[in-house]
Amino acid sequence: MPEQLIWAMEVFMNGLMAGVLYALVALGFVLIFKASGIFNFSQGVMALFAALTLVGIMEGQVPFSHLINAVFGTEIHHFGWHVPALAAILLTMVVMVALAWAVNQFIFRHLVNQEPIILFMATIGLAYFLEGFGDIMWGADIKKLDVGLPQGINLAIDEVTYNIFGYGFFIDNLDLWATGVAVLLVIALVLFAQYTKQGRAMRAVADDHQAALSVGISLKFIWVMVWSLAGFVALVAGIMWGTKSGVQFSLSLIALKALPVLMLGGFTSIPGAIVGGLIIGVGEKLFEFAIGAPYLGGATEIWFAYVLALIFLVFRPQGLFGEKIIERV
Amino acid sequence: MKDIEGYVTEDGRKIGGVVMEMRNITLRFGGVVAIKDISFDVREGEIRAIIGPNGAGKSSMLNVISGFYNPQEGEVWYKGQKRPQMKPYQVARQGIARTFQNIALFEGMTVLDNVMTGRIRQMNAGLLAQALWKGKAEREEVENREAVEKIIDFLEIQHIRKTPVGRLPYGLKKRVELARALAAEPSILLLDEPMAGMNVEEKEDMSRFVLDVNDEFGTTIVLIEHDMGVVMDLSDRVVVMDYGKKIGDGSPDEVRNNQAVIDAYLGVAHD
Repeated sequence: MPEQLIWAMEVFMNGLMAGVLYALVALGFVLIFKASGIFNFSQGVMALFAALTLVGIMEGQVPFSHLINAVFGTEIHHFGWHVPALAAILLTMVVMVALAWAVNQFIFRHLVNQEPIILFMATIGLAYFLEGFGDIMWGADIKKLDVGLPQGINLAIDEVTYNIFGYGFFIDNLDLWATGVAVLLVIALVLFAQYTKQGRAMRAVADDHQAALSVGISLKFIWVMVWSLAGFVALVAGIMWGTKSGVQFSLSLIALKALPVLMLGGFTSIPGAIVGGLIIGVGEKLFEFAIGAPYLGGATEIWFAYVLALIFLVFRPQGLFGEKIIERV
Repeated sequence: MKDIEGYVTEDGRKIGGVVMEMRNITLRFGGVVAIKDISFDVREGEIRAIIGPNGAGKSSMLNVISGFYNPQEGEVWYKGQKRPQMKPYQVARQGIARTFQNIALFEGMTVLDNVMTGRIRQMNAGLLAQALWKGKAEREEVENREAVEKIIDFLEIQHIRKTPVGRLPYGLKKRVELARALAAEPSILLLDEPMAGMNVEEKEDMSRFVLDVNDEFGTTIVLIEHDMGVVMDLSDRVVVMDYGKKIGDGSPDEVRNNQAVIDAYLGVAHD
């Protein structure tokens, strides 16, 4: 087998792994969009906030320590304890549920029956608020996140591929884990949305508020639940990205990469988010490898996804899996 | 509540005691008085109509019963107890189902899924059990599906079970909405103009369904309707409203001969 082809295969696999991480963020978008018709611009920042909180809790950081020190002239930074990863993840989830409640209580409860564009604007506001709030609460420095996920080259794959091709593939253990987690997450979400009472209620609320109320569904409960779910997905995405590249504020920018993923997959489809993420991940890596680096001077990964999304918008605006809009005239 | 026992109608249906009572309800929107000091009761198993000209406050009354509006004054008594102020979903969970004048369905879902949402009150299995389709959840789902299929058969919408509601014509949507309300096995069914915008044939169908529902399931029905002919044929007792006030209450015959009602409907000469 020619060397080029073997390398391309490795690039392909790495693309799949990167795609899984994009899909994780896109999943959070789809979830909220399906359930409440809100396009949640703050999904990426929620992932950042979740990761910041997780690190903060694990390290025993005092929240708002900079603010407290500045106001009272104290010098406190740490409680002096360390929380085990699993407990910290659970605690972070509690924080995310509280955040979901607050978001509903202080923002979206007051915007019932408003135009989608107004709700969208509100989530932009929320994104900026959360970014600043996370900064004040936990500090702006880049933090290392280690919840015990294995990192580095997977030796088994390296060995197997070496035996077959005479060349060992470099696949990161973390990416493999991320893939496994994403698969589990998607299965759980689909089961939840399709087969449980709460899932059915969630879809009902997305469709018609009045009708949902009339069959006995509490809008408040469903909204808090949906935002908690989005918080949970954000936490998972935050853990994966944070472990991979450190918890830093540029993390919120990965949310932007989710936009082309959604345009490809369709804003209303959970499988679409996954497939869209994979296509973008593989597409940008292969394009960089085959065309970008040799002929265009590289760094095509930055814009490839957006161009691909643009082409999709022209030919299939509802995305690969999005619901076709049916309207009776 | 004086005569608790109830009575038997001419066509042999048994009407029970009072299941719901509105006492001196007043509802205002700012300076506009939509409902002014209205009292009436609803008996178990009867078809109770609320009629009146446009803007009389009929829909507002239905919205008070279903918890979408909270009246400023007055009390709602349900099953012998005074009802505290409630949200619409809480009222629904008490067994009061409704349809809407302008149809409120889940357009993206199939007919079957729409009707299934009506049974949310009857789903109690744990989250995990539901997701994995195990034990109690499986039994419940089978039961609920059976109940829903029965209602779908009953309302003759089998042929569109799997069709997304958004694609259906108006008349069928109205019927799906009725099916969803029925699926909840309500103690009281509220119908807001079930025949509005229908042609004669569709109206006859709908009238038949309303009567059959009442007959077959013994469901208490409160309905609003414009069409006097339909109302007089269907209902056991009628409340007549005009400009937010009650101007008549009684059997269709009594109401038909009530001078105030005739004036409200036909107009009265002012001299």
